Amino acid sequence: MSTETSASPVSAAKATVQDAVRENLREYGLVIALIAIMVFFWYMTNGVLFYPVNLTNVVLQNSYIVVMALGMLLVIVAGHIDLSVGAVAGFIGAVAAILMVDYDMNPLLAGFLCIALGAVIGGVQGYFIAYMKIPSFIVTLAGMLVFKGLLLNVLSGRSVGPFPPLFQLLSAGFIPDVIGPLTLVAPTLNASGGPTPGTGIVLHSTTLVIGILIVVAMLYLAVKSRRSRESHGYEAEPFVFFVMKNLVISAIILFLMYKFASFRGLPNVLVVMGVLIALFVFITKRMTFGRRIYAIGGNVKAAALSGINTERLTFHIFVIMGMLAALAGLIYSARLNMATPKAGAGLELDVIAAVFVGGASALGGVGQVTGAVIGAFIMGVMNNGMGIMGINIDWQQVIKGLVLLGAVAFDLYNKKKA
Amino acid sequence: MSDTILEMRDITKTFPGVKALSNVNLNVERGEIHAIVGENGAGKSTLMKVLSGVYPFGSYSGDIQFEGKECRFNGIHDSEKLGIVIIHQELALVPMLSIAENMFLGNEQARLGIIDWDVARRRAKELLRKVGLREDPDTLITNIGTGKQQLVEIAKALAKDVKLLILDEPTASLSEKDSQALLDLLLEFKKQGMTAILISHKLNEVKKVADRVTVIRDGQTIETMDREDVTEDRIITSMVGRTMEDRYPSREPKIGETIFEVKDWSVYHPLHPDRQIIKGINLHLKKGEVVGIAGLMGAGRTEFAMSVFGRAYGANVTGEVYVHGKRADTATVGKAVAAGLAYATEDRKTYGLNLIDHIKHNVTIANLPGVSRSGVIDDMGELKVANEYRKKTNIRSSSVYQITGNLSGGNQQKVVLSKWLFANPDVLILDEPTRGIDVGAKYEIYAIINKLAGEGKGILVISSEMPELLGICDRIYVLNEGRIVGELAGHEASQEKIMRAIVRGEEKAAS
Repeated sequence: MSTETSASPVSAAKATVQDAVRENLREYGLVIALIAIMVFFWYMTNGVLFYPVNLTNVVLQNSYIVVMALGMLLVIVAGHIDLSVGAVAGFIGAVAAILMVDYDMNPLLAGFLCIALGAVIGGVQGYFIAYMKIPSFIVTLAGMLVFKGLLLNVLSGRSVGPFPPLFQLLSAGFIPDVIGPLTLVAPTLNASGGPTPGTGIVLHSTTLVIGILIVVAMLYLAVKSRRSRESHGYEAEPFVFFVMKNLVISAIILFLMYKFASFRGLPNVLVVMGVLIALFVFITKRMTFGRRIYAIGGNVKAAALSGINTERLTFHIFVIMGMLAALAGLIYSARLNMATPKAGAGLELDVIAAVFVGGASALGGVGQVTGAVIGAFIMGVMNNGMGIMGINIDWQQVIKGLVLLGAVAFDLYNKKKA
Repeated sequence: MSDTILEMRDITKTFPGVKALSNVNLNVERGEIHAIVGENGAGKSTLMKVLSGVYPFGSYSGDIQFEGKECRFNGIHDSEKLGIVIIHQELALVPMLSIAENMFLGNEQARLGIIDWDVARRRAKELLRKVGLREDPDTLITNIGTGKQQLVEIAKALAKDVKLLILDEPTASLSEKDSQALLDLLLEFKKQGMTAILISHKLNEVKKVADRVTVIRDGQTIETMDREDVTEDRIITSMVGRTMEDRYPSREPKIGETIFEVKDWSVYHPLHPDRQIIKGINLHLKKGEVVGIAGLMGAGRTEFAMSVFGRAYGANVTGEVYVHGKRADTATVGKAVAAGLAYATEDRKTYGLNLIDHIKHNVTIANLPGVSRSGVIDDMGELKVANEYRKKTNIRSSSVYQITGNLSGGNQQKVVLSKWLFANPDVLILDEPTRGIDVGAKYEIYAIINKLAGEGKGILVISSEMPELLGICDRIYVLNEGRIVGELAGHEASQEKIMRAIVRGEEKAAS
């Protein structure tokens, strides 16, 4: 039996550039698609897309979609769906408005209460899904109707606003420039002695410094992880590829940071988003909690027989989703500076579309946080670009629908070929 | 004056790597009940699938003559047109449709696609009377018991003008009373001139109804005997009479104290709470011991194992589990794992693996705390573990990043084993550890089992392959219809003794 039992010494397979590209085709494909779409709209809008003020706008317009996409990714990877997030976000926004405007509650306390309420809402829906085994589609469809109704009820037809200034900062504020502005090109002065808007280049230097720090930290971690792999005797990816990849990512980060710095600096909401994205990447890639979500999405029976408490895990996922929907509701209402009876309507579809464009599988078990974020921005940039071009809202819908279908079809086609 | 209705000549059917049937001959006469017996995996079902066209003409060699004409079926539809109808072991009824709707499914009483419900109901009533089932045709299938469902299946077959009725283990899930009623019905049909093939491994049933018996073993017809020649001994010898080859690695058993004990274990069916699946099982397992559980399909082996392992099967589970002499709580899978148990499933694709994820993630999923600190996974540590177990169990793959769905059955099984080895249990329950894998991989799995026993673990092996149990076990329990009907020491066990225990158990249950 020697031929059968002797271990064929499979060498720690040496990865080639091709392997590395193929393995990550999906993720890089998405980045390339996003870049291509940005370049396309940059050309079609005569460069307006990349105006610092517009880039800042793109971030603000999509922040609540991205925040909810993080939770929706967990939900979809676990093999579920949540149709209620738009309605929940709208409802929470209204609750926040009533607490802060009608009852003059401290914005921080009100925000905290709203997110706790989101957790409770997610927990109730999660209970029916995880323990009562009612399909998530039905539970959250019911949730959507309930919270749409409650939104109308608590506002009783009026719009509530404006919010206290401190709360507005969540969506309208920028980080303070603690270092002080950096003048590259002095603006021309106008007749009254003040600077003419749109002339000169004055940079928000704190933003620039943060951008550089992020790139340095990212490169440090990448090199460290590569060293660690090598010291354990595992070839990671080819060196050329490693350098190229990190160069491109660093360049993109620095480019965007420069754009933000030449407007008013980093929006507060982008900081919140960035921290959340990093947290969710960490959860899904490095934590046992995240790993178990992929396991139940891939094969729930096998996961249960491996000792995973699948019910509790599902419950927790919906609690997280509820909290993120609540946060998105706060951001949304802070951005409008008002809670309206129509707030949040239809947002769930944008969120779900972002996750699917980002490569998640409707069958569960497959999907990446970065993919969902990029998916959200692909849809966001298209919205923004088509808006600038003056394309009618009706055609915008048609085009977005086709892009969603095309992205998923392309994905499946690739998988079949592989 | 024999009148042959069906003749199958030199049927050979191969699957990749396995010869499932080799030159099988079967001759069925008009008006007889012909029994086909054989061990699990002997090829009985494969032969019937060839006959009914599930495996289309061209995918096997040999010929089939039905009523004197050569047949080339391209699907069940073709064989049903000629009146060959098969009733599978797992009933193929739609639970939420009515009896009448099920009876004419795919054979609707319709003109131009419009169903005539009056005709359907009238015919359904006639047919139900024939099979002796007094139920309204509008009753939903889900509201009648398994025995009655079986009768609906037969009525459904009658609706198709059946000339040759094939029943695959028709009484496997029936109570004793329902089984008797069904066999009586078969005899009644025979009087009316119908021909039937009965696949069964319940020898008392075969003796009761069959005119002739054909024994199949290892994909070959061993013999066909007439009713008067049928004896239990002769059938058993024919069924198991294969020679033992040196297919099992040797081992010096080093058996220590008892580490695992199950007392008075009883389990009921999760959907039919009045059906007791496991009936007061007591068994024990010692350190370094490999103990087998033998039994036929449906004996309750998997149900026993899964109910012990965190109540993953069954309702109303009662009994006690002891690990290292101490009462262990195995109420959930998590608790069972914590108590030192592991259960490697018989169905690795459905219950064992995340087929869309790679080897590394599958190996560590049952023991993530083993590669993480306060909930954060140590990447390098996990990779090291995965590579270590890949080497230990000799998983053949390009790397630990290969998707498990693309591995061969043998390598998938090794991933399942690795997963449980890494969880470091004291007691491993292996359910059909070598099902559907090739001989070489089997040998490797046996070697792993031996090594684990050598390390002082207790191993419980459930297997339908008796030679395998005889080859690797120190002791064998024989399970039949939810009861332990025999316990044999490895050196004194033989296939005949196991079969005898099963058959005696059945006789006891019947009387």
